[in-house]
Amino acid sequence: MPTYIMGAIITLSLLAILLLYLGLFKARTALLPVTLAGLALAVGFEWYGWDQVAVPQYSGMVLFDRYAIAFSILCIFIAGLVLSLSKAYFKAISENVAEYYALILFSLVGALLVCSYHNFAILFIGIEVMSVALYILVGIRKRDRLSNEAALKYFLMGAFSTGFLLFGITLMYGATGSFDLGELQRYVRTTPDHQISPLFFGGILLMLVGLCFKVGAAPFHFWTPDVYDGSPILITAYMSTVVKVASFAGFLRLFSMVMVPLDSFWEPLLLTIAIITLFVGNISALVQSSFKRMLAYSSIAHAGYMLFAILSIGTLSPAAILTYGLAYSLASVVAFAALILVKRQIGTDQFESFNGLAKQNPFLAFVLTVAMLSLAGIPLTAGFIGKFMMFGRVMESYHTLLLVLAAVNAVIGVFYYLRVVVHLYFKSADVEADSSSIKVPLNFQIIFTVSILLTLAVGIYPDWLINLL
Amino acid sequence: MDNLFSLLLIPLLSAIALFFVRSDRAKWVALLLSLINVGLTVPFLLRFDPQAGIQFEQMWVWIERLNVNFHIGLDGISLPLVLLTNGLIPLIIATVDQKRFKGNFYALVLFMQVGLLLVFTALDAFSFYVGWEIALIPIYFICALWGSGDRIATNLKFFIYTFAGSILMLIGILYLYQQTPTHSFEWTAFAALNLNEEVQHWVFWAFFLAFAIKIPIIPFHTWQPNTYVQAPAAGTMLLSGIMLKMGIFGLLRWLLPIAPLGVAEYGTLVMILCVVGIVYASVIAFRQDDAKRLIAYSSIAHVGLIAGGVFSLTIDGLQGAMIQMINHGISAVGLFFVIDLIERRTGSRSLSALGGLAARTPKLAIAFLILVMGAVGLPLTHGFIGEFLLLKGLFGAEGYGLWYAVFGGLTLILGAVYMLRLYQKTMLGELQTQWESIRDVKSTDLLVLGILVVLVILIGVLPNYLLQLSEPAIQELLQQISFRTA
Repeated sequence: MPTYIMGAIITLSLLAILLLYLGLFKARTALLPVTLAGLALAVGFEWYGWDQVAVPQYSGMVLFDRYAIAFSILCIFIAGLVLSLSKAYFKAISENVAEYYALILFSLVGALLVCSYHNFAILFIGIEVMSVALYILVGIRKRDRLSNEAALKYFLMGAFSTGFLLFGITLMYGATGSFDLGELQRYVRTTPDHQISPLFFGGILLMLVGLCFKVGAAPFHFWTPDVYDGSPILITAYMSTVVKVASFAGFLRLFSMVMVPLDSFWEPLLLTIAIITLFVGNISALVQSSFKRMLAYSSIAHAGYMLFAILSIGTLSPAAILTYGLAYSLASVVAFAALILVKRQIGTDQFESFNGLAKQNPFLAFVLTVAMLSLAGIPLTAGFIGKFMMFGRVMESYHTLLLVLAAVNAVIGVFYYLRVVVHLYFKSADVEADSSSIKVPLNFQIIFTVSILLTLAVGIYPDWLINLL
Repeated sequence: MDNLFSLLLIPLLSAIALFFVRSDRAKWVALLLSLINVGLTVPFLLRFDPQAGIQFEQMWVWIERLNVNFHIGLDGISLPLVLLTNGLIPLIIATVDQKRFKGNFYALVLFMQVGLLLVFTALDAFSFYVGWEIALIPIYFICALWGSGDRIATNLKFFIYTFAGSILMLIGILYLYQQTPTHSFEWTAFAALNLNEEVQHWVFWAFFLAFAIKIPIIPFHTWQPNTYVQAPAAGTMLLSGIMLKMGIFGLLRWLLPIAPLGVAEYGTLVMILCVVGIVYASVIAFRQDDAKRLIAYSSIAHVGLIAGGVFSLTIDGLQGAMIQMINHGISAVGLFFVIDLIERRTGSRSLSALGGLAARTPKLAIAFLILVMGAVGLPLTHGFIGEFLLLKGLFGAEGYGLWYAVFGGLTLILGAVYMLRLYQKTMLGELQTQWESIRDVKSTDLLVLGILVVLVILIGVLPNYLLQLSEPAIQELLQQISFRTA
């Protein structure tokens, strides 16, 4: 019964429209409960399809296999976390709260398509749906110059990268006469290496560029810091988690299904990209004075680690990206949520605003510490399992140089993640801020607890997650 | 009663519980909880059969797809260290200044104990690595939260340094995992690998650097003096009493069996580093005015000798290393405790400012004297048998054995010089008027000192019991190595 998983996509689309109507009738209090109920329903649909035999459906447009379902559920779950944080947040920055919800859901629909495409048409539509909604969201603080700049930058860069992607798709079509992943797979496998059309290689190159733009890998990362910095914090959280995970899911699907036999062509390229990404992300993150910008650069670095799974494609690659994606997303959501609270109190997103937080609010400090340790990849957190799997992938294909460079980067990463811990625990706050302690609203408390418990659960016993794929 | 996992579980649960204890009595709760583990250790000791290899094994599948097992067990090499850990933790907790610390401090100590015990019992490289890393987090917080001086920068350096070492080890572990025919992280699978010489050479460095930083062997020691000095007393005891043994244990359990050819190739280099470190650290220790820093440097000298014993690849050297690890743990806790007691009374650790305290604190002075004697290695104290075996081992080492022994022997002489200077400058001489009113040790503090002193003499008089525990395991290890390098 194919329609069940399609039900998830339809649910989310209808939900977004419903929310717009709710906004029209000023039913603001209903927005969040309705959204969460809708997300739960979508997860239910996905869940229902887990045990079904997966074949390409709708003329081979989509393939709802376990891979697609796992990543879709992850995207919906993270989006749910982000939306749950938004109760008071959006109200504070804009009149039109319903639009926020609707746009994020539209973007989520795009993400689900990217996770489950089986035809380049759907990949393209998915990426566009995912991005167009975000162009608006990034710039939604109309009177904020940074927000406007971010939106423009994101739009131009996004359009640019989609151009690359589209051109790549076209070239591949020229070589194979099809948009279908199955057809492409057949073409690559049955054609002897030297007979594969040069067009096809050009296509690989351009798609690689386009996808690297989307996941924010260097040297195609220039938009990331400014866009992440300029957007409202929750939108940044959404972008750096859901969009990144979905893009990686799409990236891996294309390369593992089609490109594996041609790895001698693209592997050196991707290897270079991964190394540059790691160094650019980590070294830039090291010198930031703003917490938000540090997270932006560290997200580039994490993209570098996630590229490892694509670089050394094997049976464990999907599980590795899923684990890493979950670990990274949970920690990022916690970090951005903590930033929202602190910024509301102190007014800036510099590292200094975290000074002495451990005394004022031990819970918040603890939660943020676990998130930082997870990002740094310390054992007993999900981040370690993710990193361990990524390193394992690379070792399997014996890219020892990359592994050594990755180790160097892991050490650099510890530097700036520990810096947060230092500000939390070992520096005392300014006198004026000391008087009032930071309050953590209930929805934040729930999200923090859920995220941290899940981070530790994956860190301590990851078997259930890794066995999914 | 021989459920090894319970040894790890009890401190873990205790640590979680202690996080929520806010009262001043946290110390006693923590002490009581840590004593449970002492009690649980006794059956293992009684039932342990030195000849039987690895015992009390427990294994669960941890991550099926990656072939990771949670696999723990005890043998003659790990049992003494488990004893050391479980024995010293209650003592360290008992030394703590009750008023300064709340439950979270003790929680971190016990959490660290979990990591340490996992390191010492792990028979799976993944479990080992996890233990290795999770021992680091609590000690980082202990040192940085309650430390003094420039604690942030110092501990950042400490963390980064050790983390860099361990991530190299992780690469080594992953490589060995790829090499094993069944793709396993099991210790036995690693030890059975027959890697070619070139590979063993770099595997050696991947592991050795991680261990050398932890021990620390010169020139990887630069994090150590400041970290030791600026940590709170209990933190210093944990670091030098137990944590550095992780490194030496790592050499014995992982490095020697996995990369014997690497050890053969670079053993001489390491021996020279160790011997140079002994002399270098001793000379620096002699120049110190800060008593804590003096002991920190003396610690480098002592562990240099221990590491040298390991790399001598002789039965005496390895056995000496085994017993001296225990001895050094007892000495380090004792000496740092005495320094802390003096500092609590006078507010100073400076040798030039102190003096003549023995007149006011006779009990402390006697305990201190015996501990100093033990650290120096006087006959009938524990240090004697350890250093004797180690030097015999160095002498028997291939290559420049005589020279190693001569320079290694300098620890005895130089050690006597700076330790006696430490004792003299603090306890003997004129008592300054400002310290007329200081009080002698009593109650818990006295009890802890008493236990340590008894241990110093007991091991000194009857070392055989400890030596018997590890001898068969050490012999088997040496056989393995000589078989693999032949």
